[in-house]
Amino acid sequence: MSAVQESVVAGGGLNPELLRRDFPVLEREVHGSPLVYLDNAASTQKPQAVIDAELDCYRRYYANVHRGVHTLSQESTAAFEGARGRVRRFLNAPSEQEIVFVRGTTEAINLVAHSFVEPRVKPGDEIVVTHMEHHSNIVPWQLLCERTGAVLRVVPISDAGEFEVADVEAALTARTRFLSLVHVSNVLGTVNPVREIVAAAKSRGVPVLVDGAQATPHMPVDVQELDVDFYAFSGHKIYGPTGIGVLYGRYDLLAEMVPYQGGGDMIRTVSFAGTEYADPPARFEAGTPNIAGAIGLGAAVDYLLAIGLERIAAYEAELVAYAAEAMAEVPGIRLIGTPRRRAGAVSFVMPEAHPHDIATILDQQGIAIRAGHHCTEPLMERYGVPATARASFGLYNTRDEVDALVAGLHKVNRLFGLDT
Amino acid sequence: MAEIDALYQALVLEHNRNPRRYEVLEPCTHRASGRNPVCGDRVELYLRLDGAVIEEAAFQGEGCAISTASASLMMEIVAGREAAALRELFADFEDVLRGRRGPDEVDLGGLAPLANVRGFPGRLGCATLPWETLLRALEA
Ligand SMILES: Cc1ncc(COP(=O)(O)O)c(C=O)c1O
Repeated sequence: MSAVQESVVAGGGLNPELLRRDFPVLEREVHGSPLVYLDNAASTQKPQAVIDAELDCYRRYYANVHRGVHTLSQESTAAFEGARGRVRRFLNAPSEQEIVFVRGTTEAINLVAHSFVEPRVKPGDEIVVTHMEHHSNIVPWQLLCERTGAVLRVVPISDAGEFEVADVEAALTARTRFLSLVHVSNVLGTVNPVREIVAAAKSRGVPVLVDGAQATPHMPVDVQELDVDFYAFSGHKIYGPTGIGVLYGRYDLLAEMVPYQGGGDMIRTVSFAGTEYADPPARFEAGTPNIAGAIGLGAAVDYLLAIGLERIAAYEAELVAYAAEAMAEVPGIRLIGTPRRRAGAVSFVMPEAHPHDIATILDQQGIAIRAGHHCTEPLMERYGVPATARASFGLYNTRDEVDALVAGLHKVNRLFGLDT
Repeated sequence: MAEIDALYQALVLEHNRNPRRYEVLEPCTHRASGRNPVCGDRVELYLRLDGAVIEEAAFQGEGCAISTASASLMMEIVAGREAAALRELFADFEDVLRGRRGPDEVDLGGLAPLANVRGFPGRLGCATLPWETLLRALEA
């Protein structure tokens, strides 16, 4: 019986000690201490099931997908398209044709900017984002504004790291053509009230993309319940491979959209007189895709569904609350972001020790955290800090690991000569 | 001394807390800004040269303890020296940081407290940023 099955059979909550056995890298030591991996918002570790799925593809049946008559190509195609079906289930999308495989969240957002939004905006039209966006949900819109003369508007956030639905409503005007916002902040950990925001935007006829990179690892996501037009996430942040991600798009919108890239696989017929595009999702998947990556992503989705996203959400909510509370008690520490609903990340700064010093000192104790601007420079500016340290949690992290982190933070204080 | 204690030894922490010549130098003859895009560390460097000799230097910036201490230690070293000598010192410093030579094979003078950065590959750029900025300022 796999650790997942055991942990589920054990009933009730998630048992991280059992699940940890599924992740080979967690057996590692770093600088003589057991690895405490708290950099999950940057990328998550991979369970054996995901590693095996990719390996199995390459060892047993790998070939290029689609167009193939031979057996291996058919098997590869079945596994690749099977992964699409798993992702559809993961997001509760109505149809597999609404699942576009891309490289990751970044590519998904760029695709929507080019293929959906750009043809629909005129100079002076407005695109709305929030102050807590990742660069990948800022820069594509800035580029679009440069190309089209559209204007980027930003929803402000409170000191706690939140905005209200009314703040978003206030930013929507008669000229708003698109709203793109993050579901869960990769720095503040804030869980945004996406369903209410989508409803508010749609009542004004504004289509919405939600950046789900940091939500999909931590909670169930149902695109029908959210009623969202586009939803993006990355495989590598949900315990799957790198280089594969997903754009969910409502079929009627995808069907109206122009291609993103041109090439093989995205056409129905090509002639020099003119080319007819394929239907979605193929229209947006030019060229040979990341076949083994998609299959690995399918395995990651299966893994999470087997544990249950509700169970993961309940376990992590409790763990992250425990972490935020314990960290806040370290003398001198300042948490960046104190949202009412938090998932995944806890960012902080300390007196004297810069985030990079903190990260180095913790690394010497085997504790992996991230220091820097986390690709959110406007957010750093909002809080008046050049960088933060960030601990971010996943389904395999434990209270003991939180305690190790807190002990490490006391050591940072001691090294810098502060009472702690 | 454990590696981490050697990295954050008292002198380094003292320079981080009380960086020398932390100010804007006006007028100056040379200036440059340096930035480490990986971590956001930033340094503004001001020099006043008399002929080839650095008469006065100052800096401001935002960074970790290692980059701040490196800039501060640099302030104590550069006054009265010429570009060529500083280029040599930085080359020696880099040799030690990148493990091409041992810390005992080279006389790093006032930079010796930073020799321990060599055990922390992720932090080399913090120690070298002020120096790279200095050399750029001198080229200008
Ligand atoms: C909130 C958020 N959006 C987008 C991204 C970009 O994801 P990727 O680099 O996988 O495209 C990230 C990754 O750091 C993120 O945290």
